[in-house]
Amino acid sequence: MSASTAFVGRGASRFGDSATATARQVFKRGFALSPALRDGLGFTLLLGAVSTMGSAFVPVVIQRTIDGGLLAPGGVDRASVWRYTILAAVIVVLTAAAAYWMRLRLYRASESGLAELRVKAFRHVHDLPMLTQDTERRGALVSRVTSDVDQVSLFLQSYGLMLLISIGQVGVASVIMALYSWQLTIVVWLCFVPLLVSLRAFQRRMTTAYGTVRRTVADMLSVIAEPVVGASVVRAHAVEARTQARIDEAISTNLRANIAAQRLVAVTFASAGIAGGLANAAVVVGGVWLGVAGHLSIGTVVAFAFLVSLFVGPVQMATQVLTEAQNAIASWRRVIGVLDTPADVVDPGISGVALPHGALAASFEHVDFAYPGGGLVLHDIDLSIPPGSRVAVVGETGSGKTTFAKLLCRLMDPVHGRVCLDGTDLRDVRFNSLRERVVMVPQEGFLFDASLADNLRYGRAAARSEELLEALGDLGLADWFVTLPLGLETPVGQRGESLSAGERQLVSLVRAYLADPDLLVLDEATSAVDPQTEVRLSAALERLLVGRTSVTIAHRLSTAEAAEVVLVFDAGRLVQRGHHRELVAANGVYARLHTSWVAQSHLGGGSDG
Amino acid sequence: MSQRSAATGTTRRGLAVLTIGMREQRKLFSVAVAGSLVYGGLTVADAWVLGWATDSVIAPAFASGELAGGLALAVTALFLGIALLRALGVIGRRLVGGIVYFRLIADYRRQVTRRYLALPVRWHAQHPTGQLLSNANADVEAVWGVMMPLPMAIGVLAMLAVGIVAMLTADVVLTIVGLVIFPLLFAINVVYQRLLSPRISRAQALRADVSAVAHESFDGALVVKTMGREAEETERFRAVSARLRDANVAAGQVRSAFDPVLEALPSFGVLLVVLLGIERVLSGAAQPGDVVQVAYLFTVIAFPVRAFGWVLGELPRSVVGWDRVRAVLDATGAMAYGAAKVPGSGPVRLAAHDVHFGHDSAVPVLAGVSFDVEPGRTVAVVGLTGSGKSTLAALLIRLMDADDGQIMLDGRDLRELSHDALAATVALVPQQTFIFDDTVRGNVTLGAAISDDEVWAALRVAQADRFVVALPEGLDAQLGERGTTLSGGQRQRLALARALVRRPRLLVLDDATSAVDPEVEGRILAALRARTAGSGGPTVLVIAYRRATIALADEVVFLTDGRVADRGPHAELLTRSAAYRDIVDAYDQARAAMAAEPR
Repeated sequence: MSASTAFVGRGASRFGDSATATARQVFKRGFALSPALRDGLGFTLLLGAVSTMGSAFVPVVIQRTIDGGLLAPGGVDRASVWRYTILAAVIVVLTAAAAYWMRLRLYRASESGLAELRVKAFRHVHDLPMLTQDTERRGALVSRVTSDVDQVSLFLQSYGLMLLISIGQVGVASVIMALYSWQLTIVVWLCFVPLLVSLRAFQRRMTTAYGTVRRTVADMLSVIAEPVVGASVVRAHAVEARTQARIDEAISTNLRANIAAQRLVAVTFASAGIAGGLANAAVVVGGVWLGVAGHLSIGTVVAFAFLVSLFVGPVQMATQVLTEAQNAIASWRRVIGVLDTPADVVDPGISGVALPHGALAASFEHVDFAYPGGGLVLHDIDLSIPPGSRVAVVGETGSGKTTFAKLLCRLMDPVHGRVCLDGTDLRDVRFNSLRERVVMVPQEGFLFDASLADNLRYGRAAARSEELLEALGDLGLADWFVTLPLGLETPVGQRGESLSAGERQLVSLVRAYLADPDLLVLDEATSAVDPQTEVRLSAALERLLVGRTSVTIAHRLSTAEAAEVVLVFDAGRLVQRGHHRELVAANGVYARLHTSWVAQSHLGGGSDG
Repeated sequence: MSQRSAATGTTRRGLAVLTIGMREQRKLFSVAVAGSLVYGGLTVADAWVLGWATDSVIAPAFASGELAGGLALAVTALFLGIALLRALGVIGRRLVGGIVYFRLIADYRRQVTRRYLALPVRWHAQHPTGQLLSNANADVEAVWGVMMPLPMAIGVLAMLAVGIVAMLTADVVLTIVGLVIFPLLFAINVVYQRLLSPRISRAQALRADVSAVAHESFDGALVVKTMGREAEETERFRAVSARLRDANVAAGQVRSAFDPVLEALPSFGVLLVVLLGIERVLSGAAQPGDVVQVAYLFTVIAFPVRAFGWVLGELPRSVVGWDRVRAVLDATGAMAYGAAKVPGSGPVRLAAHDVHFGHDSAVPVLAGVSFDVEPGRTVAVVGLTGSGKSTLAALLIRLMDADDGQIMLDGRDLRELSHDALAATVALVPQQTFIFDDTVRGNVTLGAAISDDEVWAALRVAQADRFVVALPEGLDAQLGERGTTLSGGQRQRLALARALVRRPRLLVLDDATSAVDPEVEGRILAALRARTAGSGGPTVLVIAYRRATIALADEVVFLTDGRVADRGPHAELLTRSAAYRDIVDAYDQARAAMAAEPR
């Protein structure tokens, strides 16, 4: 929850106008995005109006019975009472039928509409830059397609429905009242006026109270995670008592906030009852007074008391309904905000160019790049990579290596200049061709919670088991594979966490190899693998990638030593390029990095040190 | 049949949970119930006043043509008095009832987190993080959710009982309508909730599925994007969303059918009362006011009666939540600590003797590891991925106990040491650490009384001082979810500072600088070496692949297949062990091979 507020707070500017959209705009845009919500809405509302008739008509029967039967001066008119009762029974049945039909339509429409919205938002999130750039905000993006949509659906089906029925009931009751006596109707309304006037104030306080509750919940969830996520740190440093104290405090703060909010709920709820009592007294006294003057009958006075009871429920719930409405609109606004955030990288679709098969040439033409709201992280990168070459990229952390790799795969677009493959601007290449020909293996080998085979098939969906085994063999990983308990069917766990970091990287590599790309980009893809396996892997890759282009971002300079061309980045600029031998000889950044690396990997005396 | 007995079983177990809740918050719960009883009783009284007013105020006034002032006052006082008292009842019920609920969840959250802190790390490893978090949060709420409508349901029970009595005093025949309608309402509620709650549970489970798919897909965004799998991912999400939609609609269908019936039933009650009432009044058995009273009663209880349904509907959730929470509270196996300390100060001697671990797994992780380290010396543990190095590190600081064998510090078995003595003597810097939602200082000291100078000194050795200085609030900068986000390398350096600041007598580094730039790593190692070289520096055990880290060590322990394959100075191992050479020298060998191959 903290993540979602932070997201709105910190990311508001990125969402353009939608973060400040009014409720009306939210509804308009929301309905436009979910046409299923709008389809047949008129008829559903009509049914809703019908469904409020029943309970409001019953008091009319009371009035008729009293005036035409029980206390009729001219004796009982049984036929009239029966007529009205049967009519009322029919209306109650019709009302129930209409209510059933209306609800059914409401559930179907809201669920279809919101499922549609959920899927649209999900698809759009995958095109948003912050998904890959601002990883801390991912949790917030998840709530956009989960709890935020749930909140809207919950509102439409419970509080929204309640609001609709309440308005209908109070409206119909008021009309019936007014037909009996406009004077007494005004009296009844006056009894509820103070409450209605203070509604806004109550609601504002309730919004604040629930805001506090949400914040304390976020704080509490975060400290409750400490003994779970940080179990070994807490144990290793024996800070159990401190952790428990932090948790206890957060729980108590949350408890106090909850009680404060509950106090408001109880008070608003109770005051509606008081207004109801006041209205009843006013109806009886005022009704008799008006009746004696000849304006009203006894039955009418009693019927008024029945009608007043229809006011109490809606007024009791009004504050809560409004608060929930506000929350739901805020949620809806956030979902719409995601959908209205422009995707930075747009697929040219079928009008785009398909890349030719075979090794790809790549070129950067005066490329600048900056993350939104930040300064340039790449300055005027200008280079070309001939087809089939093996390129290594080196530089310190923050030098722009990974950004370079991401631009090469079009995970984002340059702010200035062009990135081309075989002379075609990447922005003109259609995605299905691009993603097929160009594959990147990121540093953190992310796996899906499925079997090893399923994860490998992410690279090639149609691959048969024999092909998967063959790929593992090709990369020299057969030894590792036999240690897996269930072979290809071994479950890798959430995010692949049943495997070690190094093993996850191995799977990612095999996955990329199966994808059979013409340009392979490795971003420190073997950083967690032990040296022996890493060397074996890179030898295998070198053999297998003959005739393809590869760009490797290297953590260890051994990779650079083996590359045909080394690109050296420093502070966002390409400062050196050439073969390892030339670069070592030149007095520059590379020579410094290399000296430092050699010093480290050879301290203590190596075999050829 | 079995489904029904399962349902009654759930109801019975749910009632048992309710009883526990009521007993634990006996006083406040009694207040809430009292409030609810006041509310219930006065709701019936309200109907009685209207009936009385009809016969004794309204009718006479219409007959006489004037309203006696005393009567007007009485009516007003009665209606208002009842309303005010009832408001107090409502506040008691809703506020105190709410407090009961919130206290119970707060209390159980404390209990569950206490268990988390007491249960061994091994237990934690066997339970998914997400499950443990939801045990302490959503599950605890699910258990006690039923306490919210419970006082109301009890009050309604009283309301119905008093209502029947009030009807009896009004008219016996009219009471029959109540005796028909009330049980019918109750029965329909029971059927309603029986049908609804499995559908709600299913929707709840599917909501978790939707969330899991979204989480996974967004976490793996880079893979999805670079493999061009957006369409497949969207299909996966669409499928699970469609299932959730269908489940919600299925629950909605039940609601759509039952809610209108429950609303219509009291209206029929009123109409029946009217028809019967006319005959009763004409035969002189009842007064018009009696009819009005009974009819009004049906109008006002229509809504509260639903509280039964809410309680019944919450019971299955409550039972499921209770089972999950109990599983944590009843989990046993807390790690028992001794009372001993490691005497003296300065570096300790570490000895591992025939340590076994992972008997239950197919291939044992450690199968008889023995070695010792003299005080103040530095030993590197080298081995392939999966050779049990991290397990060994966890055993050395007693995050877990070995299945067999002994680990000793200065001749004392780890199991004899008190928890505090252990933490004060040994420190582990893991590959990935946990950052608390706290300041930089809090994350380093973890609440211990340590001066800022010492914190800065530790940060300097860990090469973390520069990025901390760069933070606007320095040591007071907030880290974690709502603070500054640290990179992997920064986190590792902070973890190192966290360990160093405690001046451990044995320092265990588990590939603790893997995410740090080689240059920075070099500086860390140099600073560490300077610190350990001085007298009084800790005994150090490092796990690493990199030669620079290995070079820090006086000696190497080479692990293969869960055993110590060889040990000795790095140079010696290089010459005598081909397997060791293969790991440590992989790059050089590759380079040599490359140089030999003419290009």
